[in-house]
Amino acid sequence: MRRQVPLIITFVVGSVLIIAAFIPHYPFGRLGENFSLYFDIIAVFAFILGGGNLIRIHGGKFTRGIKLSIAAAKKTGGFWPLTFLIEFPFLAFGGLEDKRGRDWFFSFITLAGFVAMLYVGLFKIGNPDGWGGNVTHPLSTFQQFYIYMFNPLQATMYALLAFFVASASYRAFRAKSPEATILLATAFIILLGRTPAGAYATGWMPESLSFLHVPNLANWIMAVPNLAGQRAILIGIALGVIAMSLRVILGVERTYLGSDRE
Amino acid sequence: MNRSFVRSILLLLAVTAWAVFAVAQDDTTQPAPADTLQETAPVAEAPAPATNVRGEDTPGDEGGSITVFWDQSADDTGIDAEGITVIGYEIRRTIDADNVPFHSVGFAAPGSERFEDATTSDDSTYYYVVVTASRDGGRAESDVIGPVQSSPQWFNTNRTNVFIIGLIISAAILYFIASARKGKQLFIRRIAGLEAVHDAIGRATEMGRPILYIPGIQDMDDVQTVAGVTILGYVARTIAEYDTRIDVPTSRSIVMSTARETIKAAYISVGRPDAYSDDAVHYVTDEQFGYVAAVDGIMVRDKPATCFYMGAFFAESLIMAETGNSIGAIQIAGTAMPAQLPFFVAACDYTLIGEELFAASAYLSNEPKQLGSLKGQDVGKLVAMLAILAGVGLFTLAQLTGAETINNAAQWVQDQFLLN
Repeated sequence: MRRQVPLIITFVVGSVLIIAAFIPHYPFGRLGENFSLYFDIIAVFAFILGGGNLIRIHGGKFTRGIKLSIAAAKKTGGFWPLTFLIEFPFLAFGGLEDKRGRDWFFSFITLAGFVAMLYVGLFKIGNPDGWGGNVTHPLSTFQQFYIYMFNPLQATMYALLAFFVASASYRAFRAKSPEATILLATAFIILLGRTPAGAYATGWMPESLSFLHVPNLANWIMAVPNLAGQRAILIGIALGVIAMSLRVILGVERTYLGSDRE
Repeated sequence: MNRSFVRSILLLLAVTAWAVFAVAQDDTTQPAPADTLQETAPVAEAPAPATNVRGEDTPGDEGGSITVFWDQSADDTGIDAEGITVIGYEIRRTIDADNVPFHSVGFAAPGSERFEDATTSDDSTYYYVVVTASRDGGRAESDVIGPVQSSPQWFNTNRTNVFIIGLIISAAILYFIASARKGKQLFIRRIAGLEAVHDAIGRATEMGRPILYIPGIQDMDDVQTVAGVTILGYVARTIAEYDTRIDVPTSRSIVMSTARETIKAAYISVGRPDAYSDDAVHYVTDEQFGYVAAVDGIMVRDKPATCFYMGAFFAESLIMAETGNSIGAIQIAGTAMPAQLPFFVAACDYTLIGEELFAASAYLSNEPKQLGSLKGQDVGKLVAMLAILAGVGLFTLAQLTGAETINNAAQWVQDQFLLN
């Protein structure tokens, strides 16, 4: 029964939503939208689970780290609080021998950030409109935290992408095989075609040879072979989604429910 | 004193008289503003009206909408033309053409020939008129049309092609599932990325390092996440058998709960429920780059021997995959996000491209009925290939011959595969 009920729910909801995609009449027309809302409502409650898990995992790591750090400080002898303070950077960031307590300061920062955002957001601290105001008011502390602390951190992570693209390209474009050489040549044309140097280098070509103008060549590669490849992948994805959905709706695929055995 | 006083009075009177005269002169030379406008402004010439106006219930909707069509005004040169005369069409509506005045329900740009009025009630009938507006203020009303009534439909005819194609593919998948159940042997091509799963887990076991599994950054309402969690089930079963440690940081709470259930069931299925720990799956954050920062931190600190990336990914894909590469982990990725595939191909050892991600669970399970669904997909591919060949062939032929019939046939083939 524990397995049958979810399977029945999956079958009924899945089938009804497929039918609803082709029936605009009430009550089918807005079923997809409504189910999306139900999902959001469930997700809100699940967020409490996630927040709770975050506090539990990092709270445990933090307290364990503090205890192990104090124990390590005590082991050195003398006045342990002073030792703890002096060795703080070492103890807080990976210096502990016991793996279970390592890097506990990161957990402390995570918890502090979580609690601070929750506090200023929940109690609308610094909101010019008070309790009745919107938490995302530009002058609210919550929004200030978001704009001046969270956004720069996010932007920093995003900026790393530029360096990773360079390192990944270096590996991908090594001409180790005929296929890799074709990839390298294609990438070279695209890169050159997207820069003023490409336009300058082949700008002298007569009109009759304009298709060899590097920016035109780059555009052609993007619009024809690249797009054809992408569409082939998209067709495969669409078919894969249909097959996967049918397997789930018909109960052939049950792993997502836990075990595929009764 | 008296004489000077009289002289001053006379001077004042003279100045006043001159001023009055001058103002009067000005008044007589400049006509009244109202008269000027009426006499000098050019009379706004009405443009040619929109013709052949007709209205109909918008097809394939849930009601509450009427579409008005018309043929362009003869003066309409389109929105991109230079020196345009017609600046647009105003669509006016009433419920009683004789007794209730028309009111505006919307505007359409020059060059357009249809307008969807999505503010109707299915209980009422409506009359429409299309007013062509010219740049110099001229207006020309079309004939009044109506009554027109909106109503909900029981089948969205705009999606008939999707319905038929979906039906063919679904029927093929069901047929092959049924065939496989009866014991028919099916050939499924080898997928290198999935063949490597066991080796990758074995490597982590030998090295005594954990396995990192990333089920994407989308929620359980994304089919890629469902596929990712499904593959996790098979991976977790092998991990439970080999007694290797797995770490699954999630960016959604529901994914965390589902992944826990999946891993728990995998441990139970191999008879090792005691080895399962809830801490294997933990929530990090919903925020994309906060999540990737945490995952990178885990990679650098714990140095997992194997990293799996299975699900929906965005810009964070390369950051994670490159960090995994830098720590020397064997990496297997799978996603249906076309924009992220090149990153995974460049940074990972094996990549499941698009459909392979969805095929993975069936492939790994090796169950005939699941493999049957993969065979059904091939019928879909065959349909797509035939349609592409027919479309390309017909369009090429139409270009070469200039024949209208072939062009129409090519257009028809194209229309069957377009989404409305």
